[in-house]
Amino acid sequence: MKSKLCSAAIFALATLFFNPVWAQETPTVDRTATGGAQTLEDIMRRQEQLKIDESFRSENLGDPANAAPISGQLGTLGGRSDADVWRSIRYNKIDPTVQSPGPANTVLIQDEGMPWYKLREGPVITYGGGAILGFLALLVVFYFVRGKIMIDGGPAGTTIQRFKAIERFGHWLLAGSFIALALTGLLTLMGRSFLIPVIGKDAFATLAVGSKWLHNNVAWAFMLGLVMTFVMWVAHNIPNKLDWQWLKAGGGIFTKGHPSAKKFNAGQKIIFWTVMVLGFSVSLSGLSLLFPFQLPIFADTFGVINSVLGTSFPTDLAPHEEMQYANIWHSIVAFVMMVAIIAHIYIGSVGMEGAFDAMGNGEVDLEWARQHHDLWVAEVEAKQGKGESS
Amino acid sequence: MKVMISAFVAALVIASLAPVALNQFGWSSAEQASSESVRLD
Repeated sequence: MKSKLCSAAIFALATLFFNPVWAQETPTVDRTATGGAQTLEDIMRRQEQLKIDESFRSENLGDPANAAPISGQLGTLGGRSDADVWRSIRYNKIDPTVQSPGPANTVLIQDEGMPWYKLREGPVITYGGGAILGFLALLVVFYFVRGKIMIDGGPAGTTIQRFKAIERFGHWLLAGSFIALALTGLLTLMGRSFLIPVIGKDAFATLAVGSKWLHNNVAWAFMLGLVMTFVMWVAHNIPNKLDWQWLKAGGGIFTKGHPSAKKFNAGQKIIFWTVMVLGFSVSLSGLSLLFPFQLPIFADTFGVINSVLGTSFPTDLAPHEEMQYANIWHSIVAFVMMVAIIAHIYIGSVGMEGAFDAMGNGEVDLEWARQHHDLWVAEVEAKQGKGESS
Repeated sequence: MKVMISAFVAALVIASLAPVALNQFGWSSAEQASSESVRLD
């Protein structure tokens, strides 16, 4: 029942991202009266921003084979009229010769810019920003309802090493760069709408240039941190039966007892895999944006999805469309990561007594460790016992 | 906390060195999208 509700909620949320216009079916228009050219109905539908099947224009590009013989009076025009040629340019159906290199330079008109801009300025900012603010509000409510999770019976006073220096270095490299990327990313996405009215265009221009530099370059530190933490912690984050027990107990958040856990509990594993999978995805789309037009990824990805799921995502994408998809995907994934990381920061700081020490100085209170990671403490103590006896 | 600060400093060092390294490899947008004869640098 819960999974059905969850699926329904996900479906309802997903539908919010899609413009209702996309779901419309395009009617078949009779264009015999205009000889196949645009009709009044086409114009009216376009004015009402309804979907139109553009193939009557995009496929009507003339045929060189119809050229009049060169000896004829109209021989120089060839088999394609000026209108045919302009339609070819309009729908990117020509292969022009250009002097400057680069895949995007041969595209003279690319008309997906406005849908991308509207999506970026509309749903992405609205739902992404709303998700962050809503989640922050939820955490404030949660804090006042549940309060700080304390160490039952108080701290033991003795500590146990939770993370080595190299582990903490990898974590903070990833965390520090992620926070820098999140703030500069939000500034790049939303600054035009929300900061210019407050600080003015000149101040924002300086801030935006600095943000762009930091975002583009600190991304490498993020990717290094991602690789480091993956290598160091993946073995501890393989899901097992214990995680199901932990999840069924709700992590002990609303109960007095603490479910058993090894080095990482199921909640931490969810955060780990969320960061790894989304971090990899956001890095790929980021690289695609970092090297404009050089690393297209969406046409191939859509091709794989289509072959597996039988969908019909577009696979013939102009270089600009690749960038537009990369930009939107980069933003959506980043917002999901931000929400997950806000939860992680909460539980690792104000939400739980003694949790920050694990990444602060690497030493955690023994009682805290026993309550939250009892099996891990037993493993460490067993190893220490072996070490002392050998 | 020393580890945390050193990781933040490392992130800034990496960020500072990244554009220098990328330019050395010829991966800048300028090199990818234009030839030397039309560049102002």
